[in-house]
Amino acid sequence: MLNDVTFGQYYPAKSFVHSMDPRAKIVFVIAYIVAVFLAGNFFGLAAVTLFLVIIVAASRVPFGRVLRSVKMILFLIIFTAILNLFFYSSDVDHLIWQWGIIAISWEAIINMVFLAMRLFLLVMGTSVLTLTTTPVALTDGIESLLKPLKYIKFPVHELALIMSIALRFIPTLTDETNRIISAQKARGADFETGGLIRRAKAMIPVLVPLLVSAFRRAEDLGDAMDARCYSGAKGRTKYKKLTFTWRDLVGLLLFAALIAGVVLLNMYFGGKFAVFDWIAGNFFVG
Amino acid sequence: MEAVRFENTKFSYRDDGKDPAVNGVSLAIEEGEFVAVLGRNGSGKSTLAKLVNALLVPSSGKVFVCGMDTSDEKLAFEIRKSAGMVFQNPDNQTVASIVEDDVAFGPENIGLPREEIGRRIEFALDAVGMQAFRHSAPARLSGGQKQRIAIAGVLAILPKIMILDESTAMLDPKGRREVMEVIKKLNRERGMTVILITHFMDEALQADRAIVMHRGEAVMDGAPEEIFARSDELEMYNLTLPRAAYVCKKLQDAGMPVKNAFTAEELAEAICASLQRG
Amino acid sequence: MRIVAKGLTYTYNPKSPFASQALKGVDLTIEEGEFFGIIGHTGSGKSTFVQHLNALIKCTGGYLKVGYYDLADKKCDFLELRSKVGMVFQYPEYQLFAETVAKDVEFGLKNFRKDMDEKQRAQAVREALETVGLDYARIKDESPFELSGGQKRRVAIAGVIVTKPEVLILDEPAAGLDPLGKKELMELLHSIHGGWCKTIVIVSHDMDEIAENCTHAAVFSEGKVVLTGTPPEIFAQSETLFSLGLDVPTTARCALLLRERGIEIDTDFTCDDFAEKVLAQWRAAGMPGKTGAGQVAERTTSGTESDINREQAGGDGDAE
Repeated sequence: MLNDVTFGQYYPAKSFVHSMDPRAKIVFVIAYIVAVFLAGNFFGLAAVTLFLVIIVAASRVPFGRVLRSVKMILFLIIFTAILNLFFYSSDVDHLIWQWGIIAISWEAIINMVFLAMRLFLLVMGTSVLTLTTTPVALTDGIESLLKPLKYIKFPVHELALIMSIALRFIPTLTDETNRIISAQKARGADFETGGLIRRAKAMIPVLVPLLVSAFRRAEDLGDAMDARCYSGAKGRTKYKKLTFTWRDLVGLLLFAALIAGVVLLNMYFGGKFAVFDWIAGNFFVG
Repeated sequence: MEAVRFENTKFSYRDDGKDPAVNGVSLAIEEGEFVAVLGRNGSGKSTLAKLVNALLVPSSGKVFVCGMDTSDEKLAFEIRKSAGMVFQNPDNQTVASIVEDDVAFGPENIGLPREEIGRRIEFALDAVGMQAFRHSAPARLSGGQKQRIAIAGVLAILPKIMILDESTAMLDPKGRREVMEVIKKLNRERGMTVILITHFMDEALQADRAIVMHRGEAVMDGAPEEIFARSDELEMYNLTLPRAAYVCKKLQDAGMPVKNAFTAEELAEAICASLQRG
Repeated sequence: MRIVAKGLTYTYNPKSPFASQALKGVDLTIEEGEFFGIIGHTGSGKSTFVQHLNALIKCTGGYLKVGYYDLADKKCDFLELRSKVGMVFQYPEYQLFAETVAKDVEFGLKNFRKDMDEKQRAQAVREALETVGLDYARIKDESPFELSGGQKRRVAIAGVIVTKPEVLILDEPAAGLDPLGKKELMELLHSIHGGWCKTIVIVSHDMDEIAENCTHAAVFSEGKVVLTGTPPEIFAQSETLFSLGLDVPTTARCALLLRERGIEIDTDFTCDDFAEKVLAQWRAAGMPGKTGAGQVAERTTSGTESDINREQAGGDGDAE
């Protein structure tokens, strides 16, 4: 199940979004997150949703695949939504039901839907980044974006190398963990029953060999890196160079438009409860 | 020219210098030679390998690689450029999640320009027959393929010497064959000096020269055929004959006039010649 | 315990885009008391199959019985089954975890034999360590991480056989060992076989190892058993093996080459037997070109192999 971490959720395809510069994509995701939080009403969120649909279409990643990333945190979304539903306690004009401190109101419902949509859009949008960018490219992008920190002696290169090696070893160590678990199960180990402490104790025969093996691998890798002339960042060149292209410029314009659009919608329609006025104005007039 | 020279080299993992893993080895390896180093686990053969590319520095005595003294710290970088090393565990040598990025690691370290790194990757993957996997993840390759990538990673630095420290030990027969083919090709076609640490006797047979290590000393040194003909000595060093050679020796011991044979093919030839004499 | 598999199927990650069918209907019977070899490429399904035998992989399709345990039955007592079917993984030394050798070996007992007291356990650990050829008194309090590679592997094997499983499965038990280490390990397995563990199943890539050690073997390919029988029966099918990209033992290869030249050698493909059969032919041909003069010729017709060797050693100074 964890065997595919190398590629993370990466969905290989040739698309406009795939071939954008990872640095640009990271910046855009940040811009996207800002837009989601800026959106103060449903019209803003609708605009973001529309934007997201266009991006997903341009990425050629099947929509179901993007939705699947939400599935993992669906529980979290539902949980926050329910909390919000029952414990919403700001100004309430449209109360529906109350029992002690637990109350349901139209405001709470709207707030819940609003929050759930926000979370949903956040996860969808960020997963477009991980679906269209390999972890390696992401690491490169982060390294490049952090480069200015070098001037304050922040070890950017080392950090990036550590990240890339960690990514590379995840599948190896996952395999190894599975193998050790099987081996100890064959010797009668039981990881499934008993209380928390018992279960934690049962993991010792797995964790110790795993740790020993990780150290052994680290030592081997150190030798292998030395043998391949590694001597730190000094005098080192990079094979993969990131370059901005016209796609990134297009992206930049699009995201600028999105943020501007959201801000305008906020100004025009007001806050999220403006929806009451809007419904009243459109359906209950006369 | 001499590729490697050991001069009464000693090495101990202990600070007090006791229990030396390599105990007074003196020998020279010529450029372009294909040398197999045999010996039981713990005979000092892996230590010997690490002494060649300055991962270890002798406690006493000297090791010269292409004329450079490995105990001179300033030369370590140049020495590693000249003598590349492939290790035993195919899973513990790759640094990157994509094949080409991994092969690029060495050339990046020696500060080559981008275009040159691209050419080196192409060359190295071509030499090991792995071009088709340039954009794959090493984690998804077979053991033999992973080791070929490791060889490519070393090749991309264009070393004169390639040391393989039991690099076939963890592979299945198919993987071993693949790696041996690559090594032999590099030796024959590119004149690469190869030092192959192994405990597979049939691999040693494919070398020009075999050195037997025993308790830190180089106790036998010669053509593999010559070494395997000295079966009693081999037994003393706890090494076993290749199976064909074992059968051959049994036949000879029983008085059957068969020529020395080390592979199934040679054995069949020898038996046939002997039986059809009558 | 007899192992019977009929139409055994298994799919990894079912109902997902990564679904891959590892077993496509395996039919195989392993009788009690056999020293069974399982041959096949990486990905042939052999590892998946052996992990079924002690329910590390749950049986999801087909029929599988180990002794009277029905592995397709969800109510089967898997813990009890695992105590009867021991499993030694590849490079088992990497599963060692306890601070002392004795504690590590004891792990399985503590899990499986809750009825045993400390004394009984210590006794069982001692027996297991001595069986794998280690000096109990000297090694029991050592840290398993301080041992040599060969010793670690023996300790790991002791940790599996300590519960006296009736069936012992080993995945590439000799991998990574030097030739003498391999030989010693195989000798160890033979010493366990029949008594300590009635049935032994090894997974191996090494055809020589299979030919020399196994009573029966099966060849796996693409999730199915394609050949099964005694090693001579299997290695007689060299063409099938070659077509699967598998090798034959050195002796089988040699016998094939001899057959091409019109010499038939009927051997069980172990080195000693092969040499003997060649010598028999040679003697039958009147020992052409006998070295070391003809003084032993008379005796060889009636004498045994070792007689000849002894004679040869005595008569021929440089032979031994």
